[in-house]
Amino acid sequence: MKFSVEKDVLADAVSWTARSLAQRPPSPVLAGILITTHEGIVRLEGFDYEISSHIEIPADISEQGSILVSGKLLAEITRSLPNSTVTLETEGSKISLACGRSRFHLATMPVDEYPTLPALPEIAGTIDGQAFAESVSQVIVAASKDDTLPVLTGIKVEIENDLITFLATDRYRLAMRELNWTPNQSEISTSFLIKAKTLSEVAKTLSSSGELKLAISKNGEMIGFESANRRTTSLLINGEYPKIRSLFPSDTPIHATVRTSELIEAVRRVSVVAERNTPVRMAFTDGQLTLDAGTGEDAQAEEAIVAALRGEDIVVAFNPTFLSEGLNSFNTDFVRFSFTSAPKPAMLTGQEKLDEEDQDQYRYLVMPVRLPNSN
Amino acid sequence: MNDKEHRAILHVDMDAFFVSVELIDHPELVGEPVIVGFPGRRSVVLSASYDCRARGVHSAMPMSQAIALMPEANIVEPVHGKYSAISERIMAYLHTVTPQVEQVSVDEAFLDVTGSMRMLGGPVAIGQKIRAHIQNEFGLPASVGIARNKFVAKLASTYAKPNGMTVVAPERTLEFLHQLPVTKMWGVGKRTAEQLHALGIDTVAQLAAEPESRLVQRFGEHGRALCLLSHGIDNRPVQPVREEKSLSAEHTFSTDIRDKDVLERELLRLGHRVGQRLRAQEKVARGVGIKLKYQDFSGINRSKTLAAATDSSSAISSEAISLFRNLWPLAQPIRLLGVKAERLEDSAQGIQLSLDPKDEKTREAERIADLISQKFPKSSTGPARFLRPKE
Repeated sequence: MKFSVEKDVLADAVSWTARSLAQRPPSPVLAGILITTHEGIVRLEGFDYEISSHIEIPADISEQGSILVSGKLLAEITRSLPNSTVTLETEGSKISLACGRSRFHLATMPVDEYPTLPALPEIAGTIDGQAFAESVSQVIVAASKDDTLPVLTGIKVEIENDLITFLATDRYRLAMRELNWTPNQSEISTSFLIKAKTLSEVAKTLSSSGELKLAISKNGEMIGFESANRRTTSLLINGEYPKIRSLFPSDTPIHATVRTSELIEAVRRVSVVAERNTPVRMAFTDGQLTLDAGTGEDAQAEEAIVAALRGEDIVVAFNPTFLSEGLNSFNTDFVRFSFTSAPKPAMLTGQEKLDEEDQDQYRYLVMPVRLPNSN
Repeated sequence: MNDKEHRAILHVDMDAFFVSVELIDHPELVGEPVIVGFPGRRSVVLSASYDCRARGVHSAMPMSQAIALMPEANIVEPVHGKYSAISERIMAYLHTVTPQVEQVSVDEAFLDVTGSMRMLGGPVAIGQKIRAHIQNEFGLPASVGIARNKFVAKLASTYAKPNGMTVVAPERTLEFLHQLPVTKMWGVGKRTAEQLHALGIDTVAQLAAEPESRLVQRFGEHGRALCLLSHGIDNRPVQPVREEKSLSAEHTFSTDIRDKDVLERELLRLGHRVGQRLRAQEKVARGVGIKLKYQDFSGINRSKTLAAATDSSSAISSEAISLFRNLWPLAQPIRLLGVKAERLEDSAQGIQLSLDPKDEKTREAERIADLISQKFPKSSTGPARFLRPKE
């Protein structure tokens, strides 16, 4: 095998493929990246039995073939190369890699021991890459980071015809984002649970080139994504995801709208005096939201911002991290808090203008902190 | 009721603590008026230098108002974590003077030096030493009040501010106290002050002249306390709060155990014991750990941080069991199991509620079980799993 390609193109492809390799590969060959030439195209593949990645780059191929080489090492080498053309060539049981005046020799592994990668399941439809990335980043904040509850470390994706819904919860907050997509069949109803980390990786590395194709296996065990020259497959999480849509309150007599950036800043400042995780109290009264944190004996901080309140005055306290992570997920100028009563969850929705209705394609539900003197 | 004799209490109070800390990093501002707070219009003053205070600026005042009072003041933005870090070091130093340190807030503490005098000299010498050390080691000014009790010591340090020391010798307590306005007294807030003024009481001397019965009639138990204080009597001890950082329960089996069910049931039981004690002490845990000892006495500890602090027995047990399951299969039979609640916080700071209604119902059930066992100490309420016959 022998081919030449620009350093940037190769380094980019190698580092993306290497990212999906396991830290501790279940077998030595899975530490490798499989490189195959095929009609003017070089294919790089990686696999850890759970996630597979596959990328194709155009190259100047002078000799066909395939090799298996350590992904981590190849990624480190290609990253450090000067900006020039790289030539990869098989030399017996090794490969040589030349770029400018640098020359590397790497050991290879037997290609025939490498497992067959899962094929990309049937494409179910396409999603706008940017909207997908935005949606994923909005829900991922609410996914649990606790591996002892694997189901909650996932993102639940529900598909009803042309609507995709992403859901995540860690039991203290819940994020839900709806997104329109273009299914290949007009009627489709399915759902799957995918690791939040995997979905986030897809959002980061596959969403920048416009369209993202979504592929779902018939047996419901695997999901695939394809965008431009990259594609990836992942096994899904087995397990029953809790029915959480019903947690959104149907009747919220109290609404308060505040300017998103103002509240983010106020929360940040008020939490300065609070020890990590001590709650931020929020008192909504007509025209004003007063935030305060800290306890009587320690330092205290207080700040007031403008708030448009409909309904009764309400005082409620939140974990500052849960609150600010939610607020930071909104890209609207205003954010609306909808309350049933203080010990019940608060629903956050975005709002473009103060006097408009709220938008419900993204909703963030957060459970308050119960203060000892309130029941 | 007489004041305990021979007590020597110090009240150490840092002067304009946040400002003084900032001056270390901003030496160019020494001698200048300084306000620590975010410059935004709706933020509040965290601390102000004494020249600003003289013009009426005080902490918790809106920044806009403070700037209006002191337009030439230099505004310094607070830095998260900086003050508590220095405070911790100062408190650690105070603990070298005597273990009898009661930290009141980030920047003040009471010290009972009665027992330290033989080694460190009289209270005055100790007070001077503390002020010198805080100045030399941290570059910060502190005021010290010395008296025979906490109440008078606190008044003395206020009297000494800024950067001074006031010693109220026991025999001169009343003389010192009686010249002060009644509003300076501990326990006299705005409302009490108004009522006292209405009775024609403006100074501590006038308060002391009132018969106790009249004050009790007017203010109830609070009146009795005021009467005692006005006579310079305050027997409250200096209470070193030993912050418990963790709480644990262990069990050593009579024979080494390998049975997963038996072990998990023990973890459940230990988790419930820890949870009950957490709730009794009004603490919540941000971390849960387990400890196990194998047959050959080798041990393993595992712990994890929780997304939200909890005092729920069932939450602690299930976290402990999940940590335990990660260790499965066991290398050897187990002789000892322990469950630990770590990184404790006051539950007064509030409890993060869960979206899962089951979590809240469990919490409620545990609260009721606590009440039952308080009333009937010999009863045992807990999960039905406890009822299984033991091997």
